[in-house]
Amino acid sequence: MKIHEFQAKQVLRDRGVPVPRSIVARNPDEAGQAFKELGGSLAVVKAQIHAGGRGKGTIKDNPDQRGVQLVRSAEEATEVARRLLGHELVTIQTGPEGKTVHQVLVEEGCDIARELYLGIVVDRGSAGPVLIASAAGGMEIEKVAAETPELIHREPFDPDAGLQGFQVRKLAHKLDLKGKTVRSAERFMQALCRLFVECDCSLAEINPLVVTGDGELLALDAKLSFDDNALFRHKDLAELRDLNEEEPTEVRAGEAGLSYVKLDGTIGCLVNGAGLAMSTMDLIKLHGGEPANFLDVGGGADTEQVTEAFRILLADQNVRAVLVNIFGGIMRCTTIAEAIVAAYRTVGFNVPLVVRLEGTEVENGRKILEESDVDIISATGLTDAAQKVVAASGA
Amino acid sequence: MSILVNGETRVLCQGITGSAGTFHTRHCIEYGTKVVAGVTPGKAGEKVEGVPVFDTVEEAVEKTGATASMIYVPARFTADAILEAVDAGVELIVAITEGVPVMDMVRVFDAVQRSDSVLVGPNCPGVITPGECKMGIMPGYIHNPGPVGVMSRSGTLTYEAVWQLSNLELGQSTCIGLGGDPIVGTSFIDLLKAFEADPATEAILMIGEIGGTAEEEAADYIRQHVTKPVAAFIAGRTAPPGKRMGHAGAIITGGKGTAAEKIAALEAADIAVAESPADMGTALQRAMKK
Repeated sequence: MKIHEFQAKQVLRDRGVPVPRSIVARNPDEAGQAFKELGGSLAVVKAQIHAGGRGKGTIKDNPDQRGVQLVRSAEEATEVARRLLGHELVTIQTGPEGKTVHQVLVEEGCDIARELYLGIVVDRGSAGPVLIASAAGGMEIEKVAAETPELIHREPFDPDAGLQGFQVRKLAHKLDLKGKTVRSAERFMQALCRLFVECDCSLAEINPLVVTGDGELLALDAKLSFDDNALFRHKDLAELRDLNEEEPTEVRAGEAGLSYVKLDGTIGCLVNGAGLAMSTMDLIKLHGGEPANFLDVGGGADTEQVTEAFRILLADQNVRAVLVNIFGGIMRCTTIAEAIVAAYRTVGFNVPLVVRLEGTEVENGRKILEESDVDIISATGLTDAAQKVVAASGA
Repeated sequence: MSILVNGETRVLCQGITGSAGTFHTRHCIEYGTKVVAGVTPGKAGEKVEGVPVFDTVEEAVEKTGATASMIYVPARFTADAILEAVDAGVELIVAITEGVPVMDMVRVFDAVQRSDSVLVGPNCPGVITPGECKMGIMPGYIHNPGPVGVMSRSGTLTYEAVWQLSNLELGQSTCIGLGGDPIVGTSFIDLLKAFEADPATEAILMIGEIGGTAEEEAADYIRQHVTKPVAAFIAGRTAPPGKRMGHAGAIITGGKGTAAEKIAALEAADIAVAESPADMGTALQRAMKK
């Protein structure tokens, strides 16, 4: 689960990681008021959406307005907020349609001496959390890693013992931090590592991490995301979810216990199992079609779930044909066949439906489909299914 | 011969009184697995499918001589259940449960490494040696005894592969689902070592997917250490970056973990990669004839 920058900064603040003073605003007047409350001669107004690249991103219907802007008065803060709020911000991560800005963060300006990078992920190789630091702050870390890997420093740490003092000293040396900044780095890094473990984060990224003119560290930007599987033990964090930022059909699918990802193609697919669902997309592409989605109905799909899955697929206006690909294991093909027939009748299909069943009780399953009055194109193997659905979609 | 489990394996089931535990215990027994004990705290003295239930794994092992455990407890209790099995000295632990927090697995992985136990999963279909022992949720009847070792990060896609093999009259020595999570107990490399050493295994089918670098590492290992023919399939060529494709571990992050990279690494190691999921069985057949 992703959260906004202003939420992430509150989580950091609550757990002892230094961040600049800031106030969130949901309308232009609040932004002006925030500028006054911060009391400085300069502040930054930052659009809040769940996507990176906001500083370089621009407002869709006003390409001169960027997602992050320096302001020098309350009036200016109000005006910038007016140009951002309620408008779509387009960044390298949002796609051309952009994302609507519902709130802005007004943050005090700070005296920046250097910009560093700090991130934490769970590394699969070492099967534990690893702190990543780089002197190349403010840049895309993937780019730094690809072009100048020697600038990336990694320190794996134990989730319970935390980041050790010597690890901070190693990093401080590599980042060329001196004097009191090393002590500031120790507090900052150890607090961030503790937070990462305690909050069950899947990503924590501070980019840039700034060294101020007087040698302190501050999180100028902050990105946190959490392990969905651990949210049951973090009720406070779970409340930070912003459904405005998520694809509505993906949210709806999640509520029905379906795993769904929307894509841009014309062939809807309904499959049991994530690996088979991914392979079905690949298969469609291989035979000249474009998948409209990833959809895994899971191991024990019932009529209700299949019905909801069909509704979600057909709500996508791009869909020209649907492929159901089921390998019946514990779930019998007869169960899924009955569910398909019932769902087909309820949903009111307006595009061709190709069904490929294999596995447990497949003969009886196919019989149920054949004997029903629903208009289904039956397929016998993966290749046959792909060819039939691609042809039916008119691709 | 086979790897991990055989007809002599004495299996216990943690979470046997839950609906999934009871259901799959019945199917495992019907397949011929020697299920000797169940564990559910507070339910000692009961019987499920004729199997005695104990309060602790330690007692179950002591009373029944169980050496392997399959775990069906809810996700929030799975780490605890695995650690209990490790503590009781269970040799093989197969965690079926989906949705275990990653940080729990960080701690569990470390504990398993320091022990003599082997963990398969979590979020996996389990392990089966056809005709001998089924520990998991896979449909037993699609499998046939034979020479092919199968290892996969997926569930139903593995069934699909096994089905293709069986239709080509290629039976399987042992089939293992590693699990779809970012941190799992057993890696492709662990199994490659075991399959290479197993006289009953003549060829290996590996089914990977996007996310992480397990397939690249396996390719490297195969080039250096595996003499038996290997074929592979990688799911997710069309998966968009940054999106989790069902499995918690199936995600392309920062441009890393793509199918293209994995396929290139496998092909560089001279491994037959099936282009279509319909050709997993035939790709292995070709690899065996080469």
